[in-house]
Amino acid sequence: MSGGGAVVFDAVAARYGVRAVLDGVTASFAPGAVTGIVGPNGAGKTTLLRVALGLMPASGGGVRVLDKPLAQWSREALARTVAYLPQGADAHWPLEARELVALGRMPHRPAFAPLSDADALAVEAALARADAAQFAARRMNELSAGERARVLFARALATGAPVLLADEPAAYLDAAHQLRLMDLLREEAARGTAVAVTLHDLSLASRHCDQVIVLSGGRVVAAGAPDAALSDAVLAEVFGIAVERTAGGAVVAQRRI
Amino acid sequence: MASVATTSPSVPRDHSRTVTLVLFAVLAAAFAASFLIGPAGISPGALFAGLLDGHGAAGVIAREIRLPRAALGVVVGAALGASGAALQGLFRNPLAEPGVTGVTSSAGLGAVIALYFGLAAESAVLLPAFAIAGALLSAGILYLLSRAGAGAMALVLAGVAIASLATALTALALSLAPNPYAMTEMVRWMMGSLQDRTALDLYFAAPLVAAGVLVLLSAARGLDALTLGEEAASSLGVNVASVRGRVVLGVALATGAATAAAGAVSFVGLVVPHVLRRFYGYRPARLIAPSALGGAALVTVADVAIRLVAPDGQLLLGVLTAMLGAPFFLWLILRLRRET
Repeated sequence: MSGGGAVVFDAVAARYGVRAVLDGVTASFAPGAVTGIVGPNGAGKTTLLRVALGLMPASGGGVRVLDKPLAQWSREALARTVAYLPQGADAHWPLEARELVALGRMPHRPAFAPLSDADALAVEAALARADAAQFAARRMNELSAGERARVLFARALATGAPVLLADEPAAYLDAAHQLRLMDLLREEAARGTAVAVTLHDLSLASRHCDQVIVLSGGRVVAAGAPDAALSDAVLAEVFGIAVERTAGGAVVAQRRI
Repeated sequence: MASVATTSPSVPRDHSRTVTLVLFAVLAAAFAASFLIGPAGISPGALFAGLLDGHGAAGVIAREIRLPRAALGVVVGAALGASGAALQGLFRNPLAEPGVTGVTSSAGLGAVIALYFGLAAESAVLLPAFAIAGALLSAGILYLLSRAGAGAMALVLAGVAIASLATALTALALSLAPNPYAMTEMVRWMMGSLQDRTALDLYFAAPLVAAGVLVLLSAARGLDALTLGEEAASSLGVNVASVRGRVVLGVALATGAATAAAGAVSFVGLVVPHVLRRFYGYRPARLIAPSALGGAALVTVADVAIRLVAPDGQLLLGVLTAMLGAPFFLWLILRLRRET
């Protein structure tokens, strides 16, 4: 038992065709914490999230969500429990921001049912929490990339799921918006949500995550508190880099070795 | 939540109700005109009397020719409009349309095969059945391509290829036609027209189109979720494969039946959703029913227009919609290029 994680991976393997992408991954995402997933390109970070969502089958091992094996979840119940913000997410039609966020309520609504009062409240709350309430009535094509990212984040929040998985949410944001996003993720975790986020920026991972999982070649190389998981030895082995650190131990700069 | 929706000045007021009323009014007026205008030159009073009692030439014309023609315009337009809206939602691309994606020409090929082998004369079911099979085949190919990860542009190009192939095979059937009469029949039919249709055409097309549009509406919610991309839609509990399958089936039923009844009427499914989108708020689910209404209005208006412009029937419906639709399509491509 891995400490009652909201999502628990037990020796999970996954493959695309013959290529193994995950190879015996044992890890967990704890409720009330932000878990950062780092690793070089192709390490299996996105695949780990996709397996947890049931978007991709595990070829070995088992995944439990809220202590129930993934296979026993119905599509709808899982959608209410695990919210997902895919990499490079964007809106294909210029919906009004509020309408887009309301899509996050879909798992709670029967087919053809209009938005209930509870749904509308959840949408407004998500917009406020994602710091997007001020452009709720604007269309997506009238917003900047950073504003769109916040609206899409609000869409994931609106589901009100106890597990939130975000794939590279910081990728297209400037430094200020990245920090803002990490604050939002921390606030979400403070409400009891299990937040897992893949990150390329090691400094964000070391400063803003409670737990860090380092993946390389589909295996967990290190996991634990950021200082321990992102040790000099691990960073040298996995990324081939050396880092400087603040007095607190957080990663601040990198150079190749 | 109307109070919430109208609080911000940056979004124009919701005009959707006004637009819906206008579309209904245009459709009603065009329907009446379609019933009243024709080469026979019968007075409206005689036509209405004929419609009610069914006696004499006026009765036959009202019941067997004018009313089926007007009603078929509604059915065909609704099928094409709804199909266009659903395909655009599925491919997340405003260029998708039954005509552009080759669904219409494949349905046409199916129908020409039925005509060529004389099957259409054997049983009235076979022409629509072959047209729907053709539509299903081409929509299915597009579906498989989109599953294999083909981008929107690739799908449109694939549609062009499918349309060319279907057109070539149709031409082959024409040149091999057993007699000049069969050839003329196929050519006229291919060009798309509501002329000389009977009540029987209507009875076959209407339920199939209704079924197709219902299938499309059942996929509407999933199309909304697809606005966020396929993975996000799946994570919202949407069965993306089922949504795709329903759109393909619904488009094949509706467009296949419409094409069987009226021949190839292109670009209606492109223009109508594109024009209506801004009034109904860009959500694919909300656009399907208005596009059916708009398509019905557009086809009925066009069918009246060709009778006014060329009372002897030299101008065919499909020719008119292509003449107006093709430049619109080119303009749309230019605009999309500029935006990206």
